[in-house]
Parts: sequence; structure tokens; C-alpha cells
Amino acid sequence: MSVILQTAPFEPGALLTAFSAGRAETGAVASFTGLARAEQGGTDILELEAYPGLTDAEIARIAQGAAQRFGLQDWLVVHRVGRIAPGEAIVFVATASTHRREAFEACDYLMDYLKSRAPFWKKSHGPDGARWIEPTDRDRTDVERWERP
Amino acid sequence: MARVLLFGRLADIAGWREREVEGASLADIRAALGADAMLAEALIGKGVQVAVDKVIVRGDGPVAAGSEVAFMPPMSGG
Repeated sequence: MSVILQTAPFEPGALLTAFSAGRAETGAVASFTGLARAEQGGTDILELEAYPGLTDAEIARIAQGAAQRFGLQDWLVVHRVGRIAPGEAIVFVATASTHRREAFEACDYLMDYLKSRAPFWKKSHGPDGARWIEPTDRDRTDVERWERP
Repeated sequence: MARVLLFGRLADIAGWREREVEGASLADIRAALGADAMLAEALIGKGVQVAVDKVIVRGDGPVAAGSEVAFMPPMSGG
């Protein structure tokens, strides 16, 4: 159960192997890896800013909510900060539960919240200059799925 | 005196990310930052949140000496 914010690239396969190891009682591990997109040449570099101490605490709060809601045994969130090249992994989420449905849904839930509620500021640098990115309408409607009674 | 941090587009507008600012309340700090009219306007913009010592606060209340005050524009998400 941890949140890692790091500037260095990470290898999602290695994270998944480590997360899955030694789980005789788990039954299901789901994971998601998000990659930085080139946007058809529109983005050369993605720059992601976090507020250490606040960003990680907020992600942990979101993940603890997911753990409680879906009865997770364990979870891991690794997020890049700083400058990220297209094709590089930007986020990795893994969830562990007794049965598959909870692991899948918790992973989906975590990503929806990360995309719309996590305190990051994201800037795209491309041939036309730099621009700040804000959550899309799709990001907002995706997270609302989990808030309906 | 507080350590003021600016995030995202606010840092671009101000041309700095971190600065010591005189003031015993958020109102004082906003007033001190008001010397830069563009920044002052951006700080009251839609969706800008303020954190004192890494906790999001509302209003313009007192700020203990040595606190860290962060102005955060609308978040981009991960």
C-alpha cells in the first residue's frame, strides 16, 4: 500500500512482477499502465508537476477509499513527475484482491480518480509551444460513474 | 513571513515558483503579492486553491510564521 512519485522512468513489468510475488491468498491482481502520448507529433515532452507531501497524501487518500470500497488486500500507485517522453510509462496502478471483479473495478476506479482529482499540473511541450492541460469532459464523466448512489 | 509556492500556470504568470513573503494572514500575503497585478488576478481566478502547510484551506485566515503557503491552479489530473 504505497504511493511513489518519481522523476526516473520505471519498467511496468518489473513493478507488476514484484507486486504479484508471494501472494498465496490473493487470487487476483489487476494492473494499469498509462503511457505518454505523442499526439501525432503535437507533444514532444510532457512535464508533470506535483506538490510532494500534498499530491502523494491525496493519492493515498483516494487509494484508501478504493481499498475500503472494494475490499482490496493491497494496492500500489507509481506516478512519474518531471519531464516524460512519448511512449514512456507515466502511471502504474496495481490492485490485489481475493477475486477478480474487485481488483478490476478498483483499478478502474483508481485511474478515474487519478485522472481527474489527483493534484498534478501537466504541461505539453510541442512544436507549437507549451500549453497547460486540464481534465477533459470525459475524465469528469468517468469519475462521476463512481459517485452515483 | 511565509514561504509562498506557486504551481502550474501561476508560476508561469509570476515568473517564480517560491518566495518568502511578509504577512501574518492569507489576506496579508495576497496583498503583498498584489504588487504583480497579473498574478493577483490569477490568484483569485476560478478553481485556484490554497494550501497552508500542505492542507487545503478556505478563506483568508491567519498564517503562522514560517508556514508554507501554496497557491494551486485547477489540477490537470495524472
